[in-house]
Amino acid sequence: MTQLQYKGTGSATGRTGSRYWRGKTAYLGVIPFLIVSGLFLLYPTWNVASGAFQDNYGKFSTDKLKEVFNSEIARKAFTNSLEISAKTALAGAILGALFAWALVNGKPGGYFYRVSVALSSVLAQFGGVMLTFAFLATFGFNGLIANIAVKYAPDTFLADASWLYGKFGISVLYTFFQIPLMVLVFLPTLENLKPQWREASDALGGKAYEYWLRIGIPILTPSFAGAALLLFVNSFSAYATAATLINLSDFLTPLQIATALTSETGGANPAEAKALSFYMVVVVVIAMTLYSLLRRRVSKWEQRR
Amino acid sequence: MKQSWKVRLWRWTIISVVGAYLLVPLYAMFDFSTKPFGFADKGRTFRAWQIIPSQPDLMAAISRSLITAGIVMALILFLIVPTAIWVHLKLPALRRPFELLCLLPLAIPAIVIVVGIAPLYRWISIHLTESPISLAGVYSMLILPYTYRSLSAALDAVDIHTLAEAARTLGANTSRVIFGIIMPTIKTGIVNGSFIAIALVLGEYTISNILNYKTFQVVIAQIGRTNGNVAVAVSLASILFVLVLLLAIPTKKRQGKVLDVDLA
Repeated sequence: MTQLQYKGTGSATGRTGSRYWRGKTAYLGVIPFLIVSGLFLLYPTWNVASGAFQDNYGKFSTDKLKEVFNSEIARKAFTNSLEISAKTALAGAILGALFAWALVNGKPGGYFYRVSVALSSVLAQFGGVMLTFAFLATFGFNGLIANIAVKYAPDTFLADASWLYGKFGISVLYTFFQIPLMVLVFLPTLENLKPQWREASDALGGKAYEYWLRIGIPILTPSFAGAALLLFVNSFSAYATAATLINLSDFLTPLQIATALTSETGGANPAEAKALSFYMVVVVVIAMTLYSLLRRRVSKWEQRR
Repeated sequence: MKQSWKVRLWRWTIISVVGAYLLVPLYAMFDFSTKPFGFADKGRTFRAWQIIPSQPDLMAAISRSLITAGIVMALILFLIVPTAIWVHLKLPALRRPFELLCLLPLAIPAIVIVVGIAPLYRWISIHLTESPISLAGVYSMLILPYTYRSLSAALDAVDIHTLAEAARTLGANTSRVIFGIIMPTIKTGIVNGSFIAIALVLGEYTISNILNYKTFQVVIAQIGRTNGNVAVAVSLASILFVLVLLLAIPTKKRQGKVLDVDLA
């Protein structure tokens, strides 16, 4: 409504000129931003979107998209990516939600709470080179836990660092940054749960598990699912961690894209990189659309306080 | 209400399990970075920490990354925030397209942006500059969704139309309205956005590595190949640095809005 009010008082500056031009010149204000975003955001987006439908010489063709779709290696990488993203999203969402619950049940605004939230914001951004180092220092050759395992439990998988470089290892690493992200995303939701609901349930004789089963979990499910989708996108897009941990160039789709783009043996293949990117974007767009639909459902109760 | 012992038991079980998952690797970093060199396996040494300042590549990369972060923050302050305010105030018709544009990076993983932007940066490095500072352009786009979210929340919370009207009636010009009146009232949103800018620029690896720019993370990865202890020490130091920075920022209203998605 405030916008309507403003329109009526637009001439407060006493600027001259017709009403028509006054309205139009306002558009000039967004030009600098349009130039920067055009160069660094719209151009690359367009480049990938249009490039996916071209061959290496710039002619229109869907050959690359088909070729990638039918390629055994690309499919394997894609399913690996999907599988790892789904698993780490679920694991991160569950552990993160539990941790958020533990925080909400503590002293709000207390020292532990503050440090946990701050640490979560740092660790959620922690993917990449540093995360790889942290896990190599923990489970890698001569790492903290690995050394303990070698001494006391030489038969377990922990004693041999090679597990770190497979699907399971990558998943353990990814979950590390998924948990804090979930804490950050889910904490506001849990804080907005009305205590009255719990009191009403208690007053009517409901047990704790009945409250969670019949009220808590059904209410939280949409926002939990939405957060899990965010986490899915988060690990689906992740490149740095995997790139610094393993050199297997076609293990995950992001790694395969990087190889297609930079291959030093002269095999650089930008068209393939664009086709692969196109499929990635399709997955992300689907996930984000679902996310925004879920958010809309959630915001009905969450935003009213 | 006093908590039952069941709740407390669950609480502490969860905190210790998840806490161990998150903290053991951090402690392992400390342990690894203070291991004695060579084959001795007893004792501790802080040599890896002490020789951090004498790594010329690293120091150059840190200062370059900090300059880049500064430029990204300047772009936020003088380009993105004013444009957001301008759109809110004057161009309600553009609000929806502007929002979509700001949220676009969420749909495009960093690795895909690299694919699209590689030709542009090839041109920049040939014709303009080879310095990694030019990455500020693409970084400022990567953080758009976060900047936009904290900004639009802040802009919705205050009635900027009334503020702008009042300021104009009292004779302020447009830039005074934006920089002198509205921006101070949405300070928290801007501070949040700027913090994310620092975290993003210091942590970015995907784009700079593929485009061959020697940023902070790329150099750490390089050092890690030859001198693990030092690389681990630097990593841990930078995590602690960011943590202290975060704890120093006033916490009111901040939690929950800081980050929604990671960009790694």
